[in-house]
Amino acid sequence: MSDNTKLEPTRDGFGRGIVRLGKENKDVVVLSADLTESTRASWFMEKYPDRFFSMGISEQDMFGTAAGLALTGKIPFACTFGVFASGRAWDQIRVSIAYMNLNVNIAGTHGGITVGADGATHQALEEITLMRALPNMTVIAPCDANEAERATVAAAKWKGPVYLRLGRAPVPNFTDEKSPFKIGKANLMRDGGDLTVITFGHMVYESMKAADILDKKGISLRVINLHTIKPIDKEMIMKAANETGAIITAEEHTTIGGLGSAVCEALAVGCPVPVEIIGVKDRFGISGKPLDLMKEFELTADDIVKAADRLLIRKRSCEAR
Amino acid sequence: MKNRPDIEVLKAKAKSIRRDILTMLESAGSGHPGGSLSMVEILLVLYDYSLRHNPKEPSWPKRDRFILSKGHGCPALYAILADCGYFSKDELSTLRKQGSRLQGHPQMGLPGVEISSGSLGQGLSISDGIALALKMDKIPARVYCMMGDGETQEGQVWEAALSAAHYKLDNVCAIIDYNKLQIDGFVCDVKNIEPLDDKWRAFGWNVIEADGHNIAALEDAFDAAEACKGKPSIIIAHTVKGKGVSFMENKCEWHGVAPKKDELEKALKELE
Repeated sequence: MSDNTKLEPTRDGFGRGIVRLGKENKDVVVLSADLTESTRASWFMEKYPDRFFSMGISEQDMFGTAAGLALTGKIPFACTFGVFASGRAWDQIRVSIAYMNLNVNIAGTHGGITVGADGATHQALEEITLMRALPNMTVIAPCDANEAERATVAAAKWKGPVYLRLGRAPVPNFTDEKSPFKIGKANLMRDGGDLTVITFGHMVYESMKAADILDKKGISLRVINLHTIKPIDKEMIMKAANETGAIITAEEHTTIGGLGSAVCEALAVGCPVPVEIIGVKDRFGISGKPLDLMKEFELTADDIVKAADRLLIRKRSCEAR
Repeated sequence: MKNRPDIEVLKAKAKSIRRDILTMLESAGSGHPGGSLSMVEILLVLYDYSLRHNPKEPSWPKRDRFILSKGHGCPALYAILADCGYFSKDELSTLRKQGSRLQGHPQMGLPGVEISSGSLGQGLSISDGIALALKMDKIPARVYCMMGDGETQEGQVWEAALSAAHYKLDNVCAIIDYNKLQIDGFVCDVKNIEPLDDKWRAFGWNVIEADGHNIAALEDAFDAAEACKGKPSIIIAHTVKGKGVSFMENKCEWHGVAPKKDELEKALKELE
């Protein structure tokens, strides 16, 4: 992977997506709980002020209001930081949105440790666990800004609630407009036969870098972009487990109940193979620079390479048995 | 002024609805009689007088919406909806039973039930959202949201109160079933919500107080709410928990306990 790839936060892709939707569909409305610029809801507000609702610092009310708009034929995108959406308003999302299977789209920006200096209270590290536990909920974490735009457009057409996990930090924007995006269908980013990494968000790019490093060592790493964590693409996961015999999961999120758990749930009943789970290990975030934090929390390409080395030893010992 | 239904007919109907509620609850073996009985007249006046609705077309886009935020009061709503013809009265006996559309707390899908509810404090936000969408679509329908008094201890209610005033949602009419009791005891002892009228007024609402069991007073209140423009209205309806059954009235013990067979018989006699 080239280090010259243009950097752009996934929240910007979301901003572009809602502006596009605003033009295409007059039923699309946007709600914001005060963090209008930070979530890029402002981009929609500037173009379509009549369809933008400022809800103040009241996340529970915002999601309830979004439910009412959805009940009356609108397609709302309700925007705030991921911690406040998934945590503070969890019961409102559960009862007022998921239980009624309403077309409410939740834009949770500032997902992950790369929020940086704001620290633990503002770094969403548990939202995928919280959201994926809800019946009817679809959970998407785009790998870059371009994919975030495609995911936003797809979410508007999707029946039922969607949680979009978006990031604040500029990260490589490496997919192009022709890249496929279908909710629930993972993207094979790079084929490989020795082992597979299943990941989402900007760790897809880290995984591609890890694949380059491993390639030089003669190890072939398959990279799967599991942009939709729920509903999970079991077919792609099973195929990878069968063909490569070992799986790494990598997420900028707690390992408790997140991507690693979701993949293991699928593997345990389908094709149990050795797994290494990379992610935030049962701890809160801290202030710091995004890239330094990725290192401290062991979420870089190098950490994926280390996991691959461990996993290959385990895989061989399984095969020898 | 709209034609008002015959008060004696509504009074007789109130008794019949109360009988249905208690019969359903006894058959279910659990549920919430107190807060169901306290809102019977409010629901009757809404469904037989104020609401523009059509039981034959529950999703008519121009209908007025009734949002039951205090979901535990659903036996009263189910009884009224069946009385209006949204579904058969025979279905009432399935309340809280496995496979029934009459869930212990309301679930969308049963004709006439606009939202799923049961976790308190959420209905007013949803009502605001519906009201905003109706205004966007220039549909002159109204949204009525019934809350419990204890329910206003939920912070979200006040977030939604700010929103409705901020967006001048004069198509929203909240109703508080102010029966003064909640599970743990008297509202004023559990956590006082007074002065309730001043609070809503300070939040920018048109506040109307009424005797929640007086049919003519409720009709006046709903008319006054509809006539008020530029801000949302709230009707603080003073009611009696367990209304109509002497041994249930003003007893918080009857918040969430169904009557037993002999208690039902005694209650039905009082409601003849």
